[in-house]
Amino acid sequence: MPLINYVDASGNQFEAEVEVGSNVMQGAIDNMIDGILAECGGACACATCHCYVDAAWQDKMPAIESAEQDLLEAVVEPKDNSRLSCQLVVTEDMDGLVVHLPASQY
Amino acid sequence: MQGNCIIIGASHAAAQLAPSLRQEGWEGRIIIIGDEPHAPYHRPPLSKTFLSGEKTLDQILIRPLAAYDKIDAEFILGQRVKHIDRAQKTIQLDNGDTLEYEKLALCTGSRPRQIPLPGVELNGVHYLRTVADIEGIRGDLKGDPSSARVVIIGGGYIGLETAAALNKLGVNVTVLEMMDRILQRVTAPVISDFYHRVHSEAGVNIQTGMGVDAILGDGKVNAVQCSNGEILDADVVIIGAGIVPNTELAEAAGLDIDNGIAVDAYAQSSDPDIVAAGDCSSYPHALIGSRVRLESVPNATEQAKTAAASICGKQIDNHSHPWFWSDQYDIKLQIAGFNMGYDTVLVRGDKNSRSFSVWYFKGDQLLAADCINQAKEFMQAKQLLTKGINPSPGHVCDPDFDLKSLLA
Repeated sequence: MPLINYVDASGNQFEAEVEVGSNVMQGAIDNMIDGILAECGGACACATCHCYVDAAWQDKMPAIESAEQDLLEAVVEPKDNSRLSCQLVVTEDMDGLVVHLPASQY
Repeated sequence: MQGNCIIIGASHAAAQLAPSLRQEGWEGRIIIIGDEPHAPYHRPPLSKTFLSGEKTLDQILIRPLAAYDKIDAEFILGQRVKHIDRAQKTIQLDNGDTLEYEKLALCTGSRPRQIPLPGVELNGVHYLRTVADIEGIRGDLKGDPSSARVVIIGGGYIGLETAAALNKLGVNVTVLEMMDRILQRVTAPVISDFYHRVHSEAGVNIQTGMGVDAILGDGKVNAVQCSNGEILDADVVIIGAGIVPNTELAEAAGLDIDNGIAVDAYAQSSDPDIVAAGDCSSYPHALIGSRVRLESVPNATEQAKTAAASICGKQIDNHSHPWFWSDQYDIKLQIAGFNMGYDTVLVRGDKNSRSFSVWYFKGDQLLAADCINQAKEFMQAKQLLTKGINPSPGHVCDPDFDLKSLLA
């Protein structure tokens, strides 16, 4: 299973094995990693699973669709590498992916 | 040595309470008791992607079972709690087993409001709240859904989401709403009109101001008799008439009840060893300014965190505004805030399009916004509410005005 690395705003690192076909948000929820709230459970409705994809991985991520784009524009501290982790469906190629979690989802 | 924390109800709230208890430092056993045979699952997809068959039960579990193993939370599933003995600090299950608790969390949720119609007991008549309900509906529709006729009684969010999901499967759907518009209890007329139009365009037959006199059939439903005497053929009838909180257990135990299990802002009930969270509870909401019972997933999750802290002797203030969402067809409705008591409704954007928002005010105070395919404005409304900023009518009604500038 691909290993995903979550780095919280204080620099603490958490590793989690996440099944192919699941997503980066669910990986955090399944492993009780704080920093991802995921209030809507992955329906792309709330923007409380915001994360920053590590620069080295940005071009390996799926394209951003319009609903996600709209939400991303309004998150706290949006950056070029902002994504909603519920939209990052895990593939074999994502083994080793590093995502950084924001200090707050609100 | 800490004793047991028992969570009654394998619900959204329970799925959050258990890990939050460990984070807050609870070292005793955590036992989650549910009357359904399933670990906590996401209920919102039931009327959407689970009904349409796009998602399976495994895909809608809030967390996999392994996640609960990791935090050492146990389940007793397929069992109801029939009695709480507060003096002995025990609960009794349907199977007769008695369990001791040190702390008890009531996450009993809610159930569909039953309507006393003749024929409601016929096969093919369903409510919609659980996985079993959906399996029943899907079982009755098997074969060729495009030849099936479904009558939905109730034009609220559940009824309308169900209509959209079934319409996508090719089912012939009629929605009967007793009031003079759909969504009357929860939104302004402009939103009701919008969804009425969208459903009509998709081919769903919506009839407002239409009550039901009886459900007809012989063992199995075959028609619905409307209040105007009209008889509508039906293979399946789905009733969506709102929900009622499951308070009976708490009431029998002598806890305070006030439109739900009455708890304080810290999810504490009238018994210091019992908390309650989610749909089953009402609490004084600091931002809304009155006691409310919120029927929403984000509320259940937030309140569960508060409840976990209370169990561990800590008080955390919940300062988040409620929010809700509804998916129908290609339309994502996101609601920021709670519009109870509004006196003014402003529309931002073109209400005849498929992307606009509706803003609710009481005097100058912003209460809520219904955002249709307007995720950005939803996020802005949420932030305006959180910061207590009240945009002027001129700014709200001018879609070219950037609301974000008010947040700086």
